[in-house]
Amino acid sequence: MSSTTLRPATIAAEAAHALEVAHAAQAHDSTSGPAPQRRSGTPGRDAPALRARGLILSYDGRRVVEGLDLDVPAGKVTVVVGPNGCGKSTVLRGLSRLLRPTEGHVHLSSTDADDDVWALRPKEFARRVALLPQSPPLPEGITVVDLVGRGRHPHHTHVRRWSAADDAAVMEAMRATGTVELAERHVEELSGGQRQRVWIALTLAQQTEIVLLDEPTTYLDVAHQIDVLDLLRDLNRTKGTTVVMVLHDLNLAARYADHVVAMRDGRLVGSGAPADLVDEDFVARVFGLGSRVITDPVTGSPLVVPTSTREQTGATP
Amino acid sequence: MTTDLARRPGPASAAGPASADIDDLVRVVRARRRPLRRVRLVIAGLAVATLGAVLVRVLLGDYVVALADLVPILRGDTLPNAPGASFIVMEAKLPRALVGAIAGMAFGASGAMFQTTLRNPLASPDIIGISLGASAAAVIALTFLDAQGIWLPAAALAGALAVSLLMYAVGRGTLLAGRRMVLVGIGIAALLSSVIQFVMTRTSIQDAQAALVWLTGSLARATWPVIGLLTAAVLVLAPLLAVCARWMRLAELGDDLATTLGAPAGRARLGLVVAVALAAVATSATGPIAFVAFLAGPIARRLCGGRPSLWAAALVGAVVVVVSDFAGDYLIPDVNLPVGVVTGALGAPLMIAVIIAAGRAGKA
Repeated sequence: MSSTTLRPATIAAEAAHALEVAHAAQAHDSTSGPAPQRRSGTPGRDAPALRARGLILSYDGRRVVEGLDLDVPAGKVTVVVGPNGCGKSTVLRGLSRLLRPTEGHVHLSSTDADDDVWALRPKEFARRVALLPQSPPLPEGITVVDLVGRGRHPHHTHVRRWSAADDAAVMEAMRATGTVELAERHVEELSGGQRQRVWIALTLAQQTEIVLLDEPTTYLDVAHQIDVLDLLRDLNRTKGTTVVMVLHDLNLAARYADHVVAMRDGRLVGSGAPADLVDEDFVARVFGLGSRVITDPVTGSPLVVPTSTREQTGATP
Repeated sequence: MTTDLARRPGPASAAGPASADIDDLVRVVRARRRPLRRVRLVIAGLAVATLGAVLVRVLLGDYVVALADLVPILRGDTLPNAPGASFIVMEAKLPRALVGAIAGMAFGASGAMFQTTLRNPLASPDIIGISLGASAAAVIALTFLDAQGIWLPAAALAGALAVSLLMYAVGRGTLLAGRRMVLVGIGIAALLSSVIQFVMTRTSIQDAQAALVWLTGSLARATWPVIGLLTAAVLVLAPLLAVCARWMRLAELGDDLATTLGAPAGRARLGLVVAVALAAVATSATGPIAFVAFLAGPIARRLCGGRPSLWAAALVGAVVVVVSDFAGDYLIPDVNLPVGVVTGALGAPLMIAVIIAAGRAGKA
C-alpha cells in the first residue's frame, strides 16, 4: 500500500494526494459525523460535552471523590483547581475511563448522541476523548514523529493500519505544537518544554473532540508554563477542541480558564467563569488561604495575592 | 474521525493542499520512514546472518560437507563418495542447527517482549525466574519422577507457567505492576535456585549429572521430534506475538496512556503470557541458555538505532545460539562446551554493560 521511498519528490506527490484525501474525509465527517465542535462564544454555548452525575470514585474502597456533579462545557477551556489531595486528578481519571466509578455515571454528549462512557468500546472512546497523564514514561530511544504517531492507534483496526491520513494527522498535530522541526530528533534529548509540546502533539494526533490534561505545566519554568497554556488555548480557539485540565496554580487557572471547577475534600466547591467565581472568600473556602484578589493588569482576570494561611477570613480592608 | 483538519483556518481547506503543508508533510513522512527503513534492513541482514550461521553449523566443523552435497542430502539421497555424510547431517548437524535457531528466536523474542512491556531491561525471563521455573520443574521431574521424552518439556512448561502466574497475581492491579513483577521475579529466581540445589543434593550422581547438563543449556538432545514440537509451538505463538507487539508499543507509554489510547493495560500483559509460553517451550527443548533472552533485545535495539523490534531480537537470539554452539564445539580443540557455557561466558560482561547503560539513561 504505502511505499517506503525517502525521495522528497515522490513523497511530495504522495503527500499532495494524501492531504486531498484527508481533507475530503474530514469534510465528509464534518457534515455527517458527531463532533459537536463550536468556537467559544457562539450561540447555544455551555452545552456540556462531558457530564458527570453522582460520581463516586474510590481506590481500594477508600473514597476520594464523593458524589460529584460536573459539567464540562463544549468548546471551552475548563480548569479543575483545588488543594493537594482534593481528588482533582482522580476526577480526570474518572472522566477518562481510567477509573471505573463506584457509583454514578459519566456521559459523553454530542449533537446527536449521548453515551455512557463505559458503554463505548475502548477505541471508540479514544477517538473522542484524549488524556495526557501527568508524566507518562518515555519509551527508550523513541523519535518525536514516532511518539506522536502512537496517538493514531485508536484510528487503526486489525485490517487498516498506517495510512496517508495518519501522516496528515501527525503533521497537523506537530505543526499546531510547533514540533515539525524536531521530527527526527530523539525525545529524550529535548528540553522539558519541547518534550511537553511533543506529548501534547500525541494527544492532538488522536483527533478527539475533548482533550484532558493532568497538570500539563508540571516541571516547567514559568516561561514554558505560559507557552504550553497559550498553545492549549490557541487550540481551543482555532479548532474548537474542548480542553479540560488540572492546574495547581490558581492564577494561571484564572487566566486561561473559561470555566473553573473548584474542589475540596472530594467535593465540588464551586464552578463558573473565573471573574464570577474567584474572590477572597472563594480562595479561603477552597484553599484555606487568606488573600487579596485584584485585577490582573495584563489580562483583566482575577489575580490572587496570598496573605497568609492563618488569616482564613481574607485581607483587612 | 473528527474535523480538525477541515476547520483549520488557512488556505489549505478549500483550494487543495498548500505547499507549506506538503513541505511539512514530506518532512514528517521522511522522519517516520527513515528509521523504519533501517529496522527493515537490519531484519533482512539478520535473516541472512541466521541462514549463514545455520549453514556454517551444518557444513563446517570436524566433518566438512560441501555445499553442493547438501541439496541431495536434504532430498534423502545417499552420496556414493561419502556414505556417512547423510547420517551426520540429518541426525546430528542439521537438527542441532535448527533447534539452536528456533530456540534462539523464541528466547530472543520472549526477552524483548518482557523488557519492552515492563519497561525494564532486567525484566527478561531468564532473570526473573521463568526459565528457572522451567528448570526446577524439569529437574524434579527428571530426578524424582523419572520423567522422560515428552514429559520433560511438559514439566518445564508447567513450571514456567506456574512462576508467571504467581508473578502476575502478585503484580496485579497496582500502578507499579511492572517494577513489582521484576522484583518478585528476582526473589522467585533465588528461591528456585535453592530448590534446584536441594534436589541435586538428594539425588543419585547419575541423575544429578543428567540434570546438570540440562541446566546448563545444551543442544545435544536435538532430535526431529523435538524440532517438530518446537516448530509447531513457535508457529502458533508467533502470530499471537505479532498482534501483542502492537499493544506492546502502547504499553511502553505506561498503563494510563495506553488505556486512553484504546489498549487497556491488561491486554499488553496478555502478550507476556505468549512470551512466557515461548520461553518455556524453548527452555524445555534446550534447557535455559544463559543470557540469550536477556541480551537479544538490547543488541537488536542497538542495531535498529534505538527502536525495539521483536523480529530483530528473535533473529539476534538465533544467530547468538547457533554461533555460540558452533564455537563451543570447535573453539577450544578437544573440548566440547555446551552452548549455555559459551553464552554465559560471553553474556556476563555484556550484561554488566547493559546495566551500566541503563543506569546512565535513568540518571539523565
